[in-house]
Amino acid sequence: MEAALGLMRRMPPRHSETTLSALLSLLPGHSSDLLSQVDLPLQVLSDEDSGQKFILCEYNRDADSHRSPWSNKYHPPLEDAPYPSSKLRQLEIEANDIFTVYCDQYYEGGISSVYMWEDENEGFVVCFLVKKDGSKTGQGRRGYLEEGTWDAIHVIEVGPEEELTRYCLTSTVMLSLTTDDVSSGTFSLSGSIRRQMNMNLPVADGHLSNMGKMIEEMEGKLRNSLDQVYFGKTREMVCNLRPSNEVVQMRLPTS
Amino acid sequence: MAEEEPELTDEQKKGIAKWFLINAPAGEIQYVAKDLKAVLKDDEVYNEAAEEAFRIYNKSHLISLKMPCGFGDVLVTSYGELHDNEYLDPKTTQVAIVDHLKQVCKGVRPATDEELPSPYIEEYRYALEAELQKYVAEAFPKGSCSVYCTNGKDVEEPGSDFELVAVISSARNSPHNFCNGSWRAVWNIEFKDDIQILELKGKWKVGAHYFEEGNVQLDAKRECRDSAMFQGPDETATAVVHLIRIHENEYMASLEGSYLDLSDNTFKMPTSGIPGNAALLNTHVCNAGTSEETSGYSDLISMAQDFAI
Repeated sequence: MEAALGLMRRMPPRHSETTLSALLSLLPGHSSDLLSQVDLPLQVLSDEDSGQKFILCEYNRDADSHRSPWSNKYHPPLEDAPYPSSKLRQLEIEANDIFTVYCDQYYEGGISSVYMWEDENEGFVVCFLVKKDGSKTGQGRRGYLEEGTWDAIHVIEVGPEEELTRYCLTSTVMLSLTTDDVSSGTFSLSGSIRRQMNMNLPVADGHLSNMGKMIEEMEGKLRNSLDQVYFGKTREMVCNLRPSNEVVQMRLPTS
Repeated sequence: MAEEEPELTDEQKKGIAKWFLINAPAGEIQYVAKDLKAVLKDDEVYNEAAEEAFRIYNKSHLISLKMPCGFGDVLVTSYGELHDNEYLDPKTTQVAIVDHLKQVCKGVRPATDEELPSPYIEEYRYALEAELQKYVAEAFPKGSCSVYCTNGKDVEEPGSDFELVAVISSARNSPHNFCNGSWRAVWNIEFKDDIQILELKGKWKVGAHYFEEGNVQLDAKRECRDSAMFQGPDETATAVVHLIRIHENEYMASLEGSYLDLSDNTFKMPTSGIPGNAALLNTHVCNAGTSEETSGYSDLISMAQDFAI
């Protein structure tokens, strides 16, 4: 498994689906491990009942169907499928509404979904997902990218309810940015990074409020990391390959 | 993803193995090979795949290998490939015998006359390479280059067309810093005798990979064209390298520009710093109020009001 994850870290992120397929076919016995540990760009379906889109992931999947957070129904319909308890479903509905507002504010659009399910330790797990397409053809308002997608997955394990409840957040952000024009050629930056954060917070403040705070803080950190990692490190490498002191002089007249 | 056949055929496994190896980022094929062997668990299939894949990878990445006996470095390229494992180094007229799997040069032999260009062509090739080496030494902290004749190497005198290819390859590998990168440029130069013009076609491939707590890769490509007068070897060399220098500077500036533009246009995608955003979530929690999480909401309402936009 470690070798498989090593390969995922080295193969071009744009080919992550092919990489995962290849690994699944070589290691059929490890498929559940692979599917739960590897993140792929998020896919989306339309909920027939509400007309809204929802995000597909391992956390709302059973067999080949996915449960919509809007109607709580599986698409395509499935018998004997797992559902969250009605108490948890109430929380899930609220979470989805709130998260939609959050996403509109932070992402100027984009698709969001929240899924919850009970775990074996008397706690529950929540998964917040966002998919934003900022490209020319998507919802981008700055109209520059050929392709630009931001996928965020935040999984929070909520411990058994005590005065100070434990929240463990694992966040993954996948970003893919491509510009393609005749004069400057193709420029493609893509990849993913993952971080964790654990906090003990008063349950009296409300689960959603606690989780909301954590996600907000985490997304801020991830955005900064991405700026430094995506842009910083790879740009640094290019400058190390070919330092451009002549370039500084060349650019001055145009700036 | 339902797999109906639990077992893949050897052919299929080999295809997958080759894909992994060929797609390894610059400087990482040995690491990929190690992980791949563990996942594949089939040495026979691995060996077959590796033989083919390593050769393809080495040539596409224009890797630079050290030749024994102090002959310097040789670039592994399709332009210099004489046989499966033999690569000409035009500078020293030595032919390197390469072990693709180990990525080393096992030995050298002198090139035969048939393998080398005619003296007329060699004048042009030599002058261009010498001038190019000066440029590469200046512009790249760790770069190598070679110039090959890919067409018309037996042309003895003016009156015919011929073609030279200049290859520049620079790689920086810092696996301890989780960062590797490569800059590869191939310049095709067609010497057209009838119109006394040279046509230049440049192609770049630049890559970088950062993999600490993640996997981030840059993949950039570009092409360009230009032309110059067909003159004597030294004048041509100067003119061509001058053009190469200008175009490479332009590309470097364009890469920097792309980074700046992406940063400005994209990283503002999730907009930053909306005041009272924690409270934004809290206000909505208060307004929803249907779940059993209603304890303490009144406190949150006042908090939200304090932070309200």
